Amino acid sequence: MTDFSPGFRGRTHAFEGRLPPGQYPTESFPVLSAGPTPHLATDRWTFTVTDGTGGSRSWNWDEMMALPQEHPTVDIHCVTRWSKFDTRWQGVSLDVLLDGVDTTAGFVVAESYDGYTTNLPLADVTGGKAWVAHSFDGFALSPEHGGPARLLVPHLYFWKSAKWVKGVRLTVRNEPGFWEAAGYHDYGDPWREQRTWSD
Amino acid sequence: MTQPRPSYLDGNALAGPLSEVFAVDPTTAWRLCPTCRMPSTLGQLHVYGPEPGLTGRCPGCADIALRAVAQPGHLWIQLGSGGGAFRFALPNGTGGFT
Ligand SMILES: [Zn+2]
Repeated sequence: MTDFSPGFRGRTHAFEGRLPPGQYPTESFPVLSAGPTPHLATDRWTFTVTDGTGGSRSWNWDEMMALPQEHPTVDIHCVTRWSKFDTRWQGVSLDVLLDGVDTTAGFVVAESYDGYTTNLPLADVTGGKAWVAHSFDGFALSPEHGGPARLLVPHLYFWKSAKWVKGVRLTVRNEPGFWEAAGYHDYGDPWREQRTWSD
Repeated sequence: MTQPRPSYLDGNALAGPLSEVFAVDPTTAWRLCPTCRMPSTLGQLHVYGPEPGLTGRCPGCADIALRAVAQPGHLWIQLGSGGGAFRFALPNGTGGFT
């Protein structure tokens, strides 16, 4: 499962302090799936923010592309113990998509086209910490990695970065998502090794 | 909507973890899909995983039949697509991330 290459091992010191406990570095990008990979056409794609009181706003693909774009370079950490440094993305900050939402909600549920869900505190998807990402390493995000667009929340375990994302729903209660309801941690901080329900 | 080649595992991938908590062979358990009405056994499900968990889906329509998450000392089993998994304690602290 580990795939250190000699060259990579040689420069691990450069990543000192960036590898959370229990993780190993990888240069590959493993694909984990809970179902068939959806192949979604961008001309039928929308992203919807639902505010929890019945209000919603949506963007189609062209509208999403017309929003201010950011280019985060971030480390990502999968609960299956691989970490990948300096991954390069392009996407729209959730701050832009949630701007002006009038809500008392403290949480969001990210919902995907394949039925996947994951729950996050609202504070963890605002303040420059989360994006709807549509490009990886300079190319359109492939379906296997969640394209046309996925959530990117790099400071939490990567199952929180929902692939094939179709929207976020603001909630007052913290509603466990697809894996959170089956034993995974509600929050998933890699630095505190919050892998499972009991961690 | 699906990949050309199967990306799923054989339903018998569920046999190992589930046999830890079931007294009878789970792979012959029978299910009628509520979505597409295809009958199948647990062993005929299309299984995705094993990490971060095993997701067993209807071979006809990919409806979620069950999820199983193995953790050290525990196996979580969630039937259907609704919420609320059952957590079974395992003998001898077996199981866990592979
Ligand atoms: Zn079915």
